[in-house]
This record gives sequence, C-alpha cells and structure tokens, in this order.
Amino acid sequence: MIEHSTDILVIGGGAAGMSAALAASESKGLRVTIVDDNPRLGGQIWRAELGKSKSSEADRLISAITSGKFSILNGTQIFGTANDGSLLGVVRDETIKLHYNKLILATGAREHFLPFPGWTSPRVFGAGGLQALVKGGFNVSGKRILVAGTGPLLLVVAEYLKQKGAKVVAIAEQASASKINRFALGLWRYPTKIAQGLELRSSLGGIPYLKDCWVTAAKCKSPRVSKGETSDMRVSPSLTHGLSHGYSKSTKEALSVMLTQKGRSWSIECDYLAVGFHLVPNTELAVVLGCSIGDGFVLVDKLQRTSKHNIFAVGEPTGIGGVEASLIEGRIAGYAAAGETRKAESLFVKRDRTSRFADSLNSTFALRDELKTLADATTTVCRCEDVSYASLCEFSNAREAKLQTRCGMGPCQGRVCGPATEFLFGWQPGSVRQPIFPVKLETL
Amino acid sequence: MNFDVAIVGAGIVGAACAAGLSREGLSVALIDPNGIATGSTAAGMGHIVVMDDSDAQFALTDYSQKLWNDLAAELPQNSEYEHCGTIWVATDEEEMAEVRRKQAFYADRGLPCEILDERSLREAEPNLREGLAGGLRVKNDSVVYQLCATKYLAEKAMANGTKFIDAKAVGFSAEGVKLSRGETILCDRIVNAAGVSAPDLSAELSVVKRKGHLVITDRYPGFVSHQLIELGYLRSAHGKDADSVAFNVQPRSTGQILLGSSRQFGVDNTDIDPALVRSMTSRAFEYMPKLRELSAVRTWTGFRPATPDKLPYIGCIGDTNVFAAAGHEGLGITTSLGTAELIVDEILGRSSAIDREPYRPSRKV
Ligand SMILES: Cc1cc2nc3c(=O)[nH]c(=O)nc-3n(C[C@H](O)[C@H](O)[C@H](O)COP(=O)(O)OP(=O)(O)OC[C@H]3O[C@@H](n4cnc5c(N)ncnc54)[C@H](O)[C@@H]3O)c2cc1C
Ligand SMILES: Cc1cc2nc3c(=O)[nH]c(=O)nc-3n(C[C@H](O)[C@H](O)[C@H](O)COP(=O)(O)OP(=O)(O)OC[C@H]3O[C@@H](n4cnc5c(N)ncnc54)[C@H](O)[C@@H]3O)c2cc1C
Repeated sequence: MIEHSTDILVIGGGAAGMSAALAASESKGLRVTIVDDNPRLGGQIWRAELGKSKSSEADRLISAITSGKFSILNGTQIFGTANDGSLLGVVRDETIKLHYNKLILATGAREHFLPFPGWTSPRVFGAGGLQALVKGGFNVSGKRILVAGTGPLLLVVAEYLKQKGAKVVAIAEQASASKINRFALGLWRYPTKIAQGLELRSSLGGIPYLKDCWVTAAKCKSPRVSKGETSDMRVSPSLTHGLSHGYSKSTKEALSVMLTQKGRSWSIECDYLAVGFHLVPNTELAVVLGCSIGDGFVLVDKLQRTSKHNIFAVGEPTGIGGVEASLIEGRIAGYAAAGETRKAESLFVKRDRTSRFADSLNSTFALRDELKTLADATTTVCRCEDVSYASLCEFSNAREAKLQTRCGMGPCQGRVCGPATEFLFGWQPGSVRQPIFPVKLETL
Repeated sequence: MNFDVAIVGAGIVGAACAAGLSREGLSVALIDPNGIATGSTAAGMGHIVVMDDSDAQFALTDYSQKLWNDLAAELPQNSEYEHCGTIWVATDEEEMAEVRRKQAFYADRGLPCEILDERSLREAEPNLREGLAGGLRVKNDSVVYQLCATKYLAEKAMANGTKFIDAKAVGFSAEGVKLSRGETILCDRIVNAAGVSAPDLSAELSVVKRKGHLVITDRYPGFVSHQLIELGYLRSAHGKDADSVAFNVQPRSTGQILLGSSRQFGVDNTDIDPALVRSMTSRAFEYMPKLRELSAVRTWTGFRPATPDKLPYIGCIGDTNVFAAAGHEGLGITTSLGTAELIVDEILGRSSAIDREPYRPSRKV
C-alpha cells in the first residue's frame, strides 16, 4: 500500500479541481495534492486538449500546473475511505492511502441518460461520450450524426463533430423554443457567455437546431448489447466512452431514428445518434464521506464548505453550472481551505453571478414530462442487469425495485439507471457504499 | 375484521409463516412498515445449509432443507435456486478429523455427503489453492436468491387471502396488534417475526444483532461451483470473541461470487468497516489466491438476529396469544420454511415432523 500525506487534497482534476489546487498553492508552505482518475488533468472539457488549448483559463491553469507547485496524482481513482478517515484509492492496481488536513471534492458530473426504445442499440452514444471518443481518435469524418437530448452540451458537441468532418444532420433539443429564446436574451448579463454563444451560433451554421423536438425511438438491425456488457466504469467513471460498445462490431446498416416535434413524427436515417439529457453530479464520494445532500447536490455554504468539517465541494457536485462556475468555486474553496478567507470572500459576487446563470440554465433545460413515457414495456432501463421498464413498474421505491430486480446492482452501481428511475418514477436514489467504483478484491 | 393470525414482520420468516398459515385456510394479516424482505433477509447470503452444531440445529436445518428442495420446483426463475451443494474445506489433518466426524454424523442421519481428499477437492474446485487437506461435500445444500423467494412466499400468502398491512406494530394485547398509527389489528393470535426487533414487542425474547459484511464481485461464471466454507468457520462463527472472519464464498447463478463473512457483536451501525472487509478478503485469499484479481462491485452489511444458544425462538410465549418466530441468526433463510411448519402445527394443535421442544421461547438459555 502506498501512503501519501498532504495538507490540502483535491479530488478531481477538471476546471474546478485545478482552479482550487492553484488557489490553495498560492499560500506558501502548504502541501497541495490533486488527484484524478484519468491519465491527464483537464476534466471533461480540457483533458484531451491540454497543451493545445484555445482557452485562456486553460492556459493559465496549465502553465501553473506545470510549474510544479503541487503534487499531481494522475490515474488514481478514489473508491472509499479507510477506518482512520483517510481516503483509499487505486493507482496502477495498487492501493493508495491519502491523508489530508483539508479535502476539496471536485468530482464533476456525468451525462444524464433516459431510456427510450433502442437507446441501448449499437451506434447510439452519449453526446459527451461520443465527443470524448472522437477526441481520443475515433473517426467520424463523413458520418451522418444526429445530436439529441437537451442542454448546451448538445451545441458544443455538434460543433465539435462538425469540425471533425461529421455531417451533423440536426440537433434535436427537447426544451421549448420560447424558453430557449428567453435564455438567450438573458445571456447579455453574462459577458463571456454571450461571446461563447455567438461564436457557437456562427460555427453551427447550417445545422438545423430543432426545439421542442425529441427522439422517441432508434432502431439498428445489429444485435443489441448483451446482458452485463456495459461501459467499463473503471476506465470511464462518467461513461465518457459512450453508451455503446457495439459500434465497432456493427454492420454498415444505418440507424433509423424517430423524432417528434409539436405532434408531428418522422424518421431520419443516420450513422450515429449522440444523445444526452444534460448532466447529473458525481456525488458518490461526498455521500460516502457523510456530507449532507439536498435535491441531489452536495450542500455547501458561501465558502464552499460541506456539512463535514474540513471537507469542501466545488464545481458540478454542488450544482450544474458549467465551466465558469467551476472555476470560481474552485478558487473560493482553494483560498478558504488555505485559510485565505478574505481572498475567498472577494470572489463571492462573481460566484453569485455564475450561480444565477446556472439557475436559468437548469430551468431552461428542465426535462419535459412527455419524456417519461418514451420507454415501452420491453425497453431496458438498467443496462448492467438487463432490467426492463415493465418489470420496474410494480415497485414503489428504488430500494424495493433494486432488491427484487437487481436494477442498479451492476458494475455501474446505478450511475446510469439511478437518475433515469428518479426522473421516470420519482424514486429517491438508493444508498451509496464503498467501493464507489469496482476495484480488485485485493485492493479493497 | 378479526384475523385468525396477525404476523408482525415480512422478512423471510414472516412471509413463510403467512404462506403456511394461509395455505391451511386461516385468515392472516402480514404487518411490516418497510415492505417485503427488507430487513436481515435483504442482507443475507441465501445459503440453504444443514448444520450440526447441536441435534436441535441439525433437525431444523435438515427438515428445512428438505422443504426447500420440495419448494424448488415451484419457485419462479428469479429466485435462482441452485442445487450447488456445500464443500466444507479442511486445511490440515486436524480439520480432516473434523471432516470425518461430520461425515459420520450426517451419514448416520441419512444426509448424502462425501469426503474429498486433496486431489478430489482440487478437481471439484480448481481455484482453491494447492495443499489443502480435503473437504466434505454435502450434496443437497443449495443457494437461493432469498429476496425473490421471500416475495414469492408473500405473494402466495396473498393469493390465499393474506392481507398485507403497511404499518409498524407498537404493542400486543389480547385483542391484537396495536399499530403506531393508533388502530389495532384484531386477531386471535399473533406471530412475532420481527427479526432483530422482536424483543421490542416481546421483552421475553433475547435477540441481539450480530453484524455481518459481504462483498459481491462482477461476473465470473464457473470460477466457483459449490458454496465453499472453511471448517475453521465452526470455531470462528461460534467463538464469543467480538470480531471474527471466515472464508465463505458462494457462486450465484449470475456468475457473480458472493464473499463472506464477518461476525461482530455490539456494533449497531450499518457502516462498512474497511479494515474488517480487508481481513475478510485476506482470509479468502488464503484459500483462493485467484480471488485477488476479481473485481469487487459492492459491499454491504446486515444484522443476524442472534440468540444466546444459537437456536431460534419458535412457538407460543408463555400462556399468551403471542407466538415467537424470531432469532434465526445466520440460518434464517434456511430455517424459515421449517419454522413456518412448526408454527402452523402448533397453532392447529397438530404434531410436527420434528420435536418442537428445543425451540420453545420458555426454554432455559
Ligand atoms: C461527458 C461530458 C462532456 C462535457 N463536455 C463539455 C465541453 O465540451 N464543453 C463545456 O463547456 N462543458 C462540457 N461539459 C461540462 C463540464 O463538465 C463543465 O462545464 C465543467 O468543466 C465541469 O468542471 P468540473 O471540474 O466541475 O468537473 P469535471 O471536468 O467533470 O472534472 C472532474 C474530474 O474528477 C474526476 N473524478 C471524479 N471522481 C473521481 C474519483 N473518485 N477519483 C478520482 N478522480 C475522480 C473525473 O474523472 C474528472 O476528471 C461536459 C460534461 C460531461 C459530463
Ligand atoms: C451477512 C449475513 C449473511 C447471512 N447468510 C445466510 C445464509 O447464507 N443462509 C441463511 O440461512 N441465513 C443467512 N443469514 C441469516 C438470515 O438473513 C436471517 O436469519 C433471516 O433473514 C432472518 O429473517 P427474519 O424474517 O427473521 O428477519 P428480517 O428479515 O429482519 O425481517 C423482520 C421484519 O420485521 C419488520 N419489523 C421489525 N419491527 C417491526 C414492527 N415493530 N412492526 C412491524 N414490522 C416490524 C422489519 O421491517 C423486517 O422486515 C445471513 C445474515 C446476514 C446478516
């Protein structure tokens, strides 16, 4: 077992975690460590692009990081706690024990998926998942891709895929046109955001952005992914490798996708469907540590302190707010953890503005009730354990359904089906136990 | 309405009693505020096993095992009833002597079992390490997914008219069962099947929590074929020392491996104790080194309802209208069916297939 001791320990090397580590390391004499389960820092947006980034924030963070003011533990996944309260992780098949004085949780978010007939077919991907695959070298040049679901991530993904040579046939956004227009109008209050928005709109040129529109079914004649065969959560805790493993095996047959918009339904042919319904926070580690949760998010005070002494939380786990919120919250927590309360307080106004943005973002892209009726009796809800929609309908809560049908008991531990059943049936998520990710028995 | 019997607790014991009593035409209420199979029953391993700690324990487990094998044919597929047998694993000559004693005990009582030497043990379970002394294979033991089996028993009871009442019992009287929401469920007799909570309602019963940890792996079909238990289990499981662990692995029909087990007294929380989990897995690696490489998906804990003499309380409490069916410790999945038959027989004034005396709540413990 490897042992590592530090003053300030940051879990998660995305925008929030890097920003926190950087702020904390401004204080002389404090040891700061940042841990991430990927081979590289950067999180969901910058991971693949570190070193060749276009963003000034990213550049600032990267150059600070490479200055070596703190320890970086890449490829290290935290799965639970030890009896003495330190964190347990696994790095290259070895157990690592991390001792800290202050802990900052910056574990990010994952995509939200909803079951509809055909969502487990080969050629159907998570939107962010497909983007990550392409960043990793998957070739989409010349492919016809439908991007669907909800949230600003769809625009980012569509633009990225287009840039990589894909033909994005449309973006199907479930939110209403009126909500989106109101949201866009409100963007003037957030200067950098409007710039981003305009830039995006121009590079989207030509891609139809259909509002009030969603996928009702997808069909591909290739065999479906079999029981127990899901994304490897060890490799990809946030399903960044996409929903489907079948893409490489599948035949040349295209995907037929049914869309609906204002009572009109039609089908379109494409090579891939990239679908995601906004984001859900990764709160598992916070739950295992005993931090209070409200409405699905880690509860924090103004200084980003959780209910647990010396534990802070920043970024998506405290509310889906996008990269600017992650950066500013990270800085506040980094300063607060280092005892620089004054510096932290000076950022409150900025942070409050990003949280107002987050609120309007989340209400704009709230899921409409019609999406609750997409699954039919045979639609798989829990991929790991192959549990159908019909077999869940008789239960009144997540625990009973889990115990009787194994829904959520598989390797992903309900990370995919949990948010889905919460939306579909209103079930509160079940308990979280360590290991929060599958680990080898000898590591446990 | 006045029920013939109200059963408090819809774990596997209460559900089995409900199925048995309603089969005999009695009107039954089954009361639980937490739904069916959510207590200790949700946490257990589902090993249907004959044990020989005492004659009384043997009688009840042996009788119950036969009842399970009869029930197997009608259990729905999701109960995953697998006739995998048990192998009691011996590490050395001392434990082989115990194997021979156990074999003689079982054979005398007509229980099919066979002694395995070092080689035949490895043939039966190639992933056990080399150099173990041998073992005893007990053929009729099984594994069941007790959660679905419990639901099946409860549904069978309901099909026979049992009424499920979603409420918490707070007290017993001559009239019936008082609920926390104020009303009383009127009945002639009460069965206390509240597991670890049984003493809250019947202070005469001495039941304490004995905490256990389990770990389940990803799917590795064929890695293990029998339920494997170390013979040292006899020492560790029944030792009075606070914490003990034993090698105890179970093949699930999904291909997953369920790994036990730990035993602790005096721990009231459901938290995972990482150090204890480690000593449990280390113990397992001593027998099956290849387990190290398997992926662990989940850990959880549960409480066994333990009595001072390791026998459950079954039968009428004093001269009251209350019957106990509680305190089955680590064998309640197995002995639920036998327990139910003893309760049915006593309520109907019939004699039973096995002697009921050893389980009387009024016995000296
Ligand atoms: C799939 C996906 C794609 C996205 N793409 C974009 C995009 O292109 N543009 C955009 O503006 N926004 C994108 N977002 C939104 C983005 O997440 C936020 O805007 C913001 O970057 C979040 O930063 P963060 O630091 O809070 O989280 P993240 O960037 O998610 O960083 C969290 C990090 O913590 C790691 N981690 C989590 N748990 C553990 C653990 N137990 N042990 C070790 N490490 C752990 C994660 O692997 C991750 O690297 C995407 C989100 C998702 C889910
Ligand atoms: C880790 C572990 C491994 C095990 N492995 C095995 C094994 O391999 N084989 C085996 O045979 N056994 C095993 N067991 C033992 C077995 O699980 C228990 O003996 C059995 O489940 C007990 O069942 P029960 O119905 O008595 O209790 P429970 O399942 O606890 O049911 C009692 C019910 O009573 C209800 N209740 C409590 N108070 C009230 C009230 N006031 N009003 C109404 N309802 C109330 C509760 O909600 C609960 O549902 C194991 C146990 C553990 C913990």
